[in-house]
Amino acid sequence: MQLESMYQEIILDHYKNPHGRGLRDPFDAEVHHVNPTCGDEVTLRVKLDGETVADVSYEGMGCSISQASVSAMYDLVVGKRVTEALETGEHFMTLMQAKGDPAVAEKLEDELEDAVAFAGVSKYPARIKCALMSWMALKDASARALSAHQTGGSN
Amino acid sequence: MTQTVSRPGAGAQQVPLPLDVEAIRADFPILTRTVRDGKRLVYLDSGATSQKPRSVLDAERWFYENINAAPHRGAHQLAEEATAAYEEARAKIGAFLGAPENEIVFTRNTTEAINLVAYALSNAVTAKEPEFRTYAVGQGDEIVVTEMEHHADLLPWQQLCERTGATLRWLGLTDEGRLDLSDLDTVVNERTKLVAVTQQSNILGTINPLEEIVARAHAVGALVLVDGAQSVPHQPVDVTALGADFLVFSGHKMLGPTGVGVLWGRYEVLDKLPPFLTGGSMIEVVRMEASTFMPPPQRFEAGVPMTAQVIGLGAAVDYLQALGMDKVEEHEKVLTGYALAKLAEIPGVTVIGPPDTVARGGAISFTVEDIHPHDVGQVLDDLGIAVRVGHHCAWPVVRRYGVPATTRATFYVHTGYDDVDALADGIRQAQKFFGTV
Repeated sequence: MQLESMYQEIILDHYKNPHGRGLRDPFDAEVHHVNPTCGDEVTLRVKLDGETVADVSYEGMGCSISQASVSAMYDLVVGKRVTEALETGEHFMTLMQAKGDPAVAEKLEDELEDAVAFAGVSKYPARIKCALMSWMALKDASARALSAHQTGGSN
Repeated sequence: MTQTVSRPGAGAQQVPLPLDVEAIRADFPILTRTVRDGKRLVYLDSGATSQKPRSVLDAERWFYENINAAPHRGAHQLAEEATAAYEEARAKIGAFLGAPENEIVFTRNTTEAINLVAYALSNAVTAKEPEFRTYAVGQGDEIVVTEMEHHADLLPWQQLCERTGATLRWLGLTDEGRLDLSDLDTVVNERTKLVAVTQQSNILGTINPLEEIVARAHAVGALVLVDGAQSVPHQPVDVTALGADFLVFSGHKMLGPTGVGVLWGRYEVLDKLPPFLTGGSMIEVVRMEASTFMPPPQRFEAGVPMTAQVIGLGAAVDYLQALGMDKVEEHEKVLTGYALAKLAEIPGVTVIGPPDTVARGGAISFTVEDIHPHDVGQVLDDLGIAVRVGHHCAWPVVRRYGVPATTRATFYVHTGYDDVDALADGIRQAQKFFGTV
């Protein structure tokens, strides 16, 4: 079975016991993203503390890959500077475009920590969007939070 | 019609299937390939698109190798032969539906056929020819759909209403996956201009009681469009018996090529519709100031048509007719009963749609407790089983039944008990893999 290459233990752990799940106040921006091919959804909030991601909170429904991905992302980005968090998102994007190439995963191990376990997903084009949905939502929410800060608004 | 009705818990019984599955499989080259490291391909996604028998592939190749030319143009021999082959296919497809050939319009697919009608109804508003304004839709008018429609039979009508100021209304669903017709007489009323309804749901498998809907629609002077994308490939459909004004379907779901669909329309209705797409080969006289159009079906076939695909669809109709549509229907009914019984034996599996084979086709949507449909589909794919996962382009339906998505298996002429058994085993493996049992 090829399945284990996609459903790594780490992924299944995040799926069954998600980190940081639930919507929390206060927040600077909230976004709602959907994967229109399958109906997966995530609502994601970002709270900034200056240039730092103070909290990411979320609710969503979707497959194990999309749910585990947002949980692993939470671990990776909270406490980081926004620019670093978005850079990590770029690394994750690179991993998703690797078509399962183990060399790419190896190179990104330090930057992506648990999220490097998603390398196997990149072999399945139909599932890449599931893994990327939360990262796209984070990028969107961060941009909105930053611009809210600049205009002085906050929730 | 078979009397076989399997109820959940009745136990899955293998009675002889109406079609010779092994002989049919030999006609489909793709069924000899393997997937995911050497596994037999178990293709349970015919509802999305069907596989093609060799005779369909051969017909397209024959066209290109022997008579390729643009039909209805030119006077050379190839053009004459291409025109004859194209029109023969039209007559054959008409006969398949019990319709004269001048009521058969070729489109790209079901989606385009529905858009053709929807745009014709709004183009009618500004048509300069009085007879083309017969079916014009405007403010105060109503279009009726159902909550069961595929997006292709919902969005064109939503958009028509936005363009014209008409109001969209719909018939809801019962908990059993059937149309709720209790308010049929109020939803379909004297303001209704058109009722669009699917004959067979692509997600629930439900076969709808069209007779009652057509009768009510015609009593108030409304047109009826039947979405036959999931019925024409799987059951005998006769337009006279149907009584509707339009029937639409796709070639690629009935063993034919992609890129060809059909709009059947009652001639006297088609004749009063303005064109949707305009351009070459649909015209009578063209002047710089204005032009006039051909009668149907040419009025609705602008541009060089998908000739090879039409001829391929003709070959698909030959193939289906040789099997016999009664037998195709019965084959799928037996398999559906078997599959429903097999799924009922698996704890945690819930079928979304009618639980037995009464007025039901072979689209079986289900959920598996605590496993997302994508993950179910992934395990099945790993075993070589192709199913569809998601909302099946019928988002309101999954919303209605309170699930984010479903896994869907669909059957066709090459489906056998071994395919259904593989599906049931695969679901159990998914449950084992995700530790839910």
